[in-house]
Amino acid sequence: MTVNGSPVRRRIPARQHLVDFLREELGLTGSHIGCEHGVCGACTVRVDGDIVRGCLMLAVQANGCKVDTIEGLSDSGELEALQKAFHERNALQCGFCTPGMLMAAQDLVLQKARCSREEIKRHISGNYCRCTGYQAIVDAIEQVLNGQG
Amino acid sequence: MKAPSFAYARPGTLAEAFDLLERHGEGARILAGGQSLIPSLNMRLSSPELLVDITGLAGLSGIESLPKGLRIGALVTHAQIERSPEVKRHAPLLAQAAPHIAHPAIRNRGTLGGSLALADPAAEYPACAVALDATLVIAGKKGERRVKAGAFFKGLFETDLRPGEILAAAEFPPADKAVFVELARRHGDYAIIGLAGTQAASRKRFVFLGAGATPILAVNASKASSLEEAREVLGKDLDPPADLYHSSATKLHLARVLLERAWNKL
Repeated sequence: MTVNGSPVRRRIPARQHLVDFLREELGLTGSHIGCEHGVCGACTVRVDGDIVRGCLMLAVQANGCKVDTIEGLSDSGELEALQKAFHERNALQCGFCTPGMLMAAQDLVLQKARCSREEIKRHISGNYCRCTGYQAIVDAIEQVLNGQG
Repeated sequence: MKAPSFAYARPGTLAEAFDLLERHGEGARILAGGQSLIPSLNMRLSSPELLVDITGLAGLSGIESLPKGLRIGALVTHAQIERSPEVKRHAPLLAQAAPHIAHPAIRNRGTLGGSLALADPAAEYPACAVALDATLVIAGKKGERRVKAGAFFKGLFETDLRPGEILAAAEFPPADKAVFVELARRHGDYAIIGLAGTQAASRKRFVFLGAGATPILAVNASKASSLEEAREVLGKDLDPPADLYHSSATKLHLARVLLERAWNKL
């Protein structure tokens, strides 16, 4: 597979999840592991352009795919506006959910030019934050999408 | 938790897949999008010897117009259904239902066939399939057979699929009008109760999800001539099981709320 633009070739056990492969084999620990059954969204990564749960996909299923993680999107500058908005709006406290939250938010930014707060909430409904109460996160995403600031 | 150990195969043809399923019998599980199977592996609720990944099989994907309705391949994802102009035009019930399924990252992987074959009583597509009187196309070693959705869902997580068979596609006849409504505590959560309603040739069909072991066709409410009557007789159609948060009476009340919303849109 290609991870953040670099080709990667490994022999791995069938049971290994994509997120474990990224963290343990490749040292890309920006994708976090929370619930491990698809509820919390902390492990959100991009496979062939679509966001997926890294804990609900086996690494073997990503054979031949293009995988992008928070590290790749951050280094390329793709997330710059969202990262700045999250910082300015204090849209994180402990930061555990932030990589997944940014991956989900960027997915919306790529799909839509403008969005209501309701749509933003629906889009990040699969990403848990246990600190902020979400308002600041929605504010930050809204700032990037609708240029409100 | 992490999934237990298992072997993994990704057959390139249906014949190979049937061979693997036959050879491993009960020990084999079919893997498509994996959005229900992998959590159950992670929680060690299931420990198959072999996962047969069917995502490499030709002929199980794609959305195709039929002379009457739409054929949707088993591997078509919820996200594809949500975005498809053909689905919006020919099977708007499914287009309305898809956004209620979990969250975007899960809809990108989860498949129509997976949802139908799992037969979760709170899932959206099984109720839609019954409401639209869909036909399920099942591939087996000896060929294809077709089963009406009403006969396919047999019990809690139990379907008409026999060992070694693979759900290939579902065919949805058109409806004149369709409406999908659902109540959940948070968007994308399991439905407390939901309703797929259709009207074809002035005959209504109301099918509830989360109201029993299978999708439940509300026979009496579907025949009612007024909303008042439909609300009244729904009590004969449904005896919803209580869940952790909602009593049976609450669910029946909520079912009546949804019935009214759906009735007014049909």
